[in-house]
Amino acid sequence: MATTVTPVEVDLREMATDVVKRAMELGASAAEAVVGEGSEFSTVVRLGQVETLKESGSRALGVRVFVGQHAANTSTSDLSPEGVEQLVRAAIELAKITSEDPMGGIPAVEQLGQIEGDLGLYFDDVYSLSNEERIDQARRAEKAALAVDPRLTNSDGGTFDASIGRKVLANSHGFIGEYRSSYCSISAVPIASDEAGNMQRDYWYSTARTLAKLESPEEVGRIAAERTLRRLGARKLKTQKVPIVFDRQTAGALLGHIFEAANGDAIYRHASFLAGKLGQKAFGSNLTVIDDGTIPGGFGTRPFDGEGVPTRRTTVIENGELKNYLLNTYTAKKLNLATTGNAARGLAGTPGIGNGNFYLQPGEKSQEEIIKGVKQGLFLTEFLGFGVNLVTGDFSRGASGMWIENGELAYPVEEITVAGNLGDMFSNLAEIGSDLIWRGSVACPTLRIEGMTIAGE
Amino acid sequence: MDKHFFFQKYGLSERDLENYLGAALAAGGDYADLYFEYLTSTSLSVDESMVKSASQGISAGCGVRVVTGERTGYAYTDDLAPEKILHAARTAALIASGPAKTPVVSLKDKARPGLYPVTGAASDAELAKKVELVFRADKAARAYDSRIKEVRASYADELRRILVIGSDGTFAEDVQPLSRMSVFVIARDGELSSKGSSGGGGRNKFEIFLTEKTPEHFANEAARQAILQLTAIPCPAGEMEVVLGPGWPGVLLHEAIGHGLEADFNRKKTSAFSGLLGKRVASDKCTVVDNGTLNERRGSLNVDDEGNTTNNTMLIEKGILKGYMADKLSARLMGLPNTGNGRRESYEHIPMPRMTNTYMLSGDDLPEDIIKSVKRGLYAVNFAGGQVDITNGKFVFAASEAYLIEDGKITAPVKDATLIGNGPDVLTRVSMVGNDLQLDEGIGTCGKDGQSVPVGVGIPTLKIDRMTVGGTGSAR
Repeated sequence: MATTVTPVEVDLREMATDVVKRAMELGASAAEAVVGEGSEFSTVVRLGQVETLKESGSRALGVRVFVGQHAANTSTSDLSPEGVEQLVRAAIELAKITSEDPMGGIPAVEQLGQIEGDLGLYFDDVYSLSNEERIDQARRAEKAALAVDPRLTNSDGGTFDASIGRKVLANSHGFIGEYRSSYCSISAVPIASDEAGNMQRDYWYSTARTLAKLESPEEVGRIAAERTLRRLGARKLKTQKVPIVFDRQTAGALLGHIFEAANGDAIYRHASFLAGKLGQKAFGSNLTVIDDGTIPGGFGTRPFDGEGVPTRRTTVIENGELKNYLLNTYTAKKLNLATTGNAARGLAGTPGIGNGNFYLQPGEKSQEEIIKGVKQGLFLTEFLGFGVNLVTGDFSRGASGMWIENGELAYPVEEITVAGNLGDMFSNLAEIGSDLIWRGSVACPTLRIEGMTIAGE
Repeated sequence: MDKHFFFQKYGLSERDLENYLGAALAAGGDYADLYFEYLTSTSLSVDESMVKSASQGISAGCGVRVVTGERTGYAYTDDLAPEKILHAARTAALIASGPAKTPVVSLKDKARPGLYPVTGAASDAELAKKVELVFRADKAARAYDSRIKEVRASYADELRRILVIGSDGTFAEDVQPLSRMSVFVIARDGELSSKGSSGGGGRNKFEIFLTEKTPEHFANEAARQAILQLTAIPCPAGEMEVVLGPGWPGVLLHEAIGHGLEADFNRKKTSAFSGLLGKRVASDKCTVVDNGTLNERRGSLNVDDEGNTTNNTMLIEKGILKGYMADKLSARLMGLPNTGNGRRESYEHIPMPRMTNTYMLSGDDLPEDIIKSVKRGLYAVNFAGGQVDITNGKFVFAASEAYLIEDGKITAPVKDATLIGNGPDVLTRVSMVGNDLQLDEGIGTCGKDGQSVPVGVGIPTLKIDRMTVGGTGSAR
């Protein structure tokens, strides 16, 4: 049996509350401490041989202090008593050089809290396999992929990863909370070659909080192989405007941009095309987008946010109307609104804003039906590059996928870009699929969008 | 430098190090190394004309690697107590299964170059002086034009101390300073908004921000871009001639060519450049190097993260592929020279072949002649970033500042242009190379397999005969 390398002799809750107490003794008017620890395992098997095997544990501490309205934060991986004392002193010292910010501060007492009960975030079975069994998962995923077709001649490997973590947050309003989380994943990355020696690579993966919900290595390998093979013989396209069907992965990436645009930080700075549109019908009536940090077992679920505020369900867009921004304490104060419990923080730095389980409300049709309804168009399966301007919503990214001819997938295409404006794109959702599947903390069904420009030859 | 930092701070001795290496090779293995890291960092930013917060951090740890054949075992600890390091060594050793090897020829501390300051580095400056930099940037950007409405300026520095020891006798210590400033602005004019950004730095002394790379320099540049973008027209889509401006557009070289020449991809034959050594991969006007030995550059290193001195490595000479960038593992398995390109993000990461400063040497053409030669095309002078698929060679870049070229003249600025192409193809279409090589300002960070490392890029003005440009505008 593999064991975690994290020792257990230190009480992390006590450490977090001690740090807060020490900061207050040294002159802070408010303080917040976060302690994180985790263990990770990963292995890559390539062409049947173990390529890497990695296993480790780590632990670190971060503190945020306010001295009056002056904020500062420090973090360290040195958890010795001297290291911790140095961390707190450094934070207090650093606060002397920052500006007075009237909006700064930790959440009010009445905002603090956490969801009680088991949210299904932690399963110790992810760490229950022996090294041999873990390697075997990775090996089977790669083997299954390469067995699908003789054109699959090379590989970037099969992988198996597992990690467990624990996070404790305490603040000077007496909040103390902690949760554990677990992940495991399998992936395969086969490479195919055509007669001319042109190579294509694609991948597939499964990730879950418990081994019981992980797809089999064989299933992951098979899908990875299919995704890779269908790219062989890719052609370019002429520059044109046609309907585009986005698969769940690429639609999810688009939806991720909507999260960034609804992020309170971008809003109060007017750095988002959604700034100033609260309460307006900014999109088509068929668009509803929700952020829910409370879905049991969800990848974006947690009992409290990065500032100790309970997570919740927030309707961001309802039938095309922009209903809510996603906020932490600071951005809420800036916008004269209430926090939505979306504060996100690591150990270092100031809390930002993160999504819970962020999704687009599914429609009626299957992906197959949506593709069938397109006479000529693009089934877009991969983005390459980062060409998104959130200030204007202008969008232009490299892409590849399959050409649709009379409702059928005809041939692969690559070396094209697709461009449009996010505001227009989400106002022109001709079809929304029924296929909402959670593979991460952002999920979107298949989408058909009209009016975008494809640039090619 | 304070020699033997880790010996003093953690009471390490050479005897301890040899013990750890012994434990790492207790189950056999061809090679083992330990990477000790102690990183201190400071960052602060001005936002709405306030320094809303400031951060400092300390991160320390040790990573142990054991290599046997093509297999790598790795474990790390952020606790540098001897029993924790031994535990990591024993965990990494599990990759091998054979009789113990006694590694260690005695550790040799070799002389190495001093490419960057070890005293007076940016991280040594007083906090108040760092705060002053960001306030100056804020003031300058707002003063540039009344349409500049949002300004965020940040300053960050770090000092990384490393010690690498290897079972081949490697013993290398280094102190690696790194600092940068960056400025981001938003301009608004009625309903129109646009953004601009700029930044730079390197492994330099703090004074560089007071003399050469001043806050005003970066603020003015960010503001200039944002104001310009207010009048930008939609970019026409389709194939056209593309001229790349000097400096940062070298990121295209980094993505399109550089990654494909990292030895690991070629060892595994997963790169579109596999098997092309000695073959033509670019027009004869193109000569490309990776050079980790430039003074004070962001991508430079006295020693790489495996303890080897870095080099000026010829990658492409007059269009012919001459070499790959290698780390210890690739060099051994492929029988290539070790070019000192073994890098890692931190002690938590396994090293792999990575670029340092990658650039194309100057040619003979005058930049103005290059522009004049274009009938209808795009002049791209700034990029927001890019990505490459190493296997099929496809790459993509978003241009943050670009102009139309019409009948040999630079005309309207265009917005949100994307360039897409094929790595092995694009340099064969370079028909003119300017005499104006510039390196970037020192802001690049490269990601590979989830690991980020600082890098430098550069090119002279280049003309590419045909490239696909993405955008929303119609051709004109």
